[in-house]
Amino acid sequence: MEREEHYRHERLDRGIKVRTEGIYAVSSWVEMSYLLVPRLFLILGLLALPLLMPTAYWQRVISIVCIYALLAVGFDLLAHFVGLVSLGGGFFVGVGGYLAAIMNVYLGVPLALTVPIATLAGGIICTLLLLPCLPLRGVYFAIATLMYPLIFTRLIEALDIFGGTDGIVGVSSWPNPWIERYLIIVIVILALFAIRRLVNEDFGLLMRGVKDNDQAVKASGISITSVKAVAVFITSLMGCFGGAYLVHIYMWSGLSQFALDFSIIPIAATVIGGGGTLVGPVLGTFILVPLSEILREFGTLRIVFYCVILVIFIVFKSEGIMVYAERKYHQFQQWVKV
Amino acid sequence: MGEGVNMDSKRPLLRVERFSKSFGGVQALLNVSFDVWEGDVFGIIGPNGSGKTTLVNCITSFVKRDTGDLHFKGRALKRGIPPHKVADLGIARTFQITRPYYSLPAYKNLIIPLLSARARRTGGWRGGGKHGDRDTVGLDILEEIGFERDSFIPYKLASALPTGYLKRLELARCLAIRPDLVICDEIFSGLSGSEIATMTPLIEKLQMEGVTLIMIEHRLRELFRVANRVMVLNFGVKISEGTSDQVMADEKVKEAYFGSDQEVMDYA
Repeated sequence: MEREEHYRHERLDRGIKVRTEGIYAVSSWVEMSYLLVPRLFLILGLLALPLLMPTAYWQRVISIVCIYALLAVGFDLLAHFVGLVSLGGGFFVGVGGYLAAIMNVYLGVPLALTVPIATLAGGIICTLLLLPCLPLRGVYFAIATLMYPLIFTRLIEALDIFGGTDGIVGVSSWPNPWIERYLIIVIVILALFAIRRLVNEDFGLLMRGVKDNDQAVKASGISITSVKAVAVFITSLMGCFGGAYLVHIYMWSGLSQFALDFSIIPIAATVIGGGGTLVGPVLGTFILVPLSEILREFGTLRIVFYCVILVIFIVFKSEGIMVYAERKYHQFQQWVKV
Repeated sequence: MGEGVNMDSKRPLLRVERFSKSFGGVQALLNVSFDVWEGDVFGIIGPNGSGKTTLVNCITSFVKRDTGDLHFKGRALKRGIPPHKVADLGIARTFQITRPYYSLPAYKNLIIPLLSARARRTGGWRGGGKHGDRDTVGLDILEEIGFERDSFIPYKLASALPTGYLKRLELARCLAIRPDLVICDEIFSGLSGSEIATMTPLIEKLQMEGVTLIMIEHRLRELFRVANRVMVLNFGVKISEGTSDQVMADEKVKEAYFGSDQEVMDYA
């Protein structure tokens, strides 16, 4: 017979996908690790981050990044699974933050209660306030949600309530720096996997239906406003938690919690990370926010570099890192002997 | 309420009274009235722009009518009732431009209507019920409507389906909420002759199962095969109603279609 050995390409994902569509039938350790490694890499990587950071400053940066990550996951959920482009990040953070600060400083509620209460109450408040905007779609919803943080900033400033421009000082800090660092990371991981599961559950299908064709959802006897409201509630829960958490880090709640950064950076992160993947936006924030910290050395030029990097990404890799990486990972093949 | 067999046979399933709707200066509908009885296949025809789709939109509340009364199963539907409430009462509709949930496989498209309150209340198609296996129920409905069950077609992404299947999917989406009345907005349009040939038995089957249908059509030949009563609209005004033969013999109908006394069936 032939002297030379013959080889062919083998793609690991093909076998898994062919065996059953939808539910993966995994039949070997190789295949199991093929599926598990990326997930474990993400979880362990996130958990290891605070340990790897050299200084307390960078550990703090990681915590801030995680807040943005929560907002970015929320943005991705609303934009790519419900069809609502939300610029309300600053609004969610602000409401959650101020609620926590008010409860903690004015009412003397301990930290263990302020964070969960501010998260839940904030989620409800944000959803109720956004309810009139829910019939809007696309850019109109974006503009309407952008107005909310502006309204609240000016209200607090003009009426001089909640400390006015000085903000509320004297918010209690986290009892232990490690709780502070790890709580948010665990929340990010939980939120990410929970939402990833949600979008493939029945309710997730409903949300995707609203995005694809809301008229048909209406014609099926389902109120699209209630579907949107639930999605907004989930997103604002994450944002308000981020706000409450942030206030307890800074021990201060101020107008900067309503800042535009919280609305804009999640969008940029979603563009860079890859929309619709949920994990992509998290990755995006972990690139963008530390990048802007590193670029601080360049002073005002920081913004220039930042913008150039963003433009390069949008022009050359508009699909996003995660979409690209996922495709390449699935296309990974090895030579096997025939 | 009167679920199931309508005891009072004197009462129409759907009664439309003096519907009017204008868009700015355009009078899309003017004093249109008609009754649809249980078990009817009621055809609505008319030249382009005669207000057929507007009529459907007004009935299903996707567009607010200006004036007029609507009674369904003896119950008055107010002017501002939201469309999902209309669907919840049992009026399902297809859309002229088929737009499925593109990012979902065909059978998952049916999960959405099966999740509706009405589908859960009425037990789903063959008892999917509140906690039934919606995937299976979805596949059952698709099979009923002509998706080959054991092929891969029901599992394909809706964006990958050809027009014929998309039209069926539209119909399947309606049937999933177990409606009392289905309004088909040009279900035959854009289909090839053979696709239509497989579609008409479906309509006949639905009719035999006791589903009442309103069909808006341009394909008159196919419509007349299934419809027992036909209404003709022109410039938003009802100009004729009756059996297909009666309607086609009507001078006003010929005039509306051709402005002459040519045979309308030539056009179909």
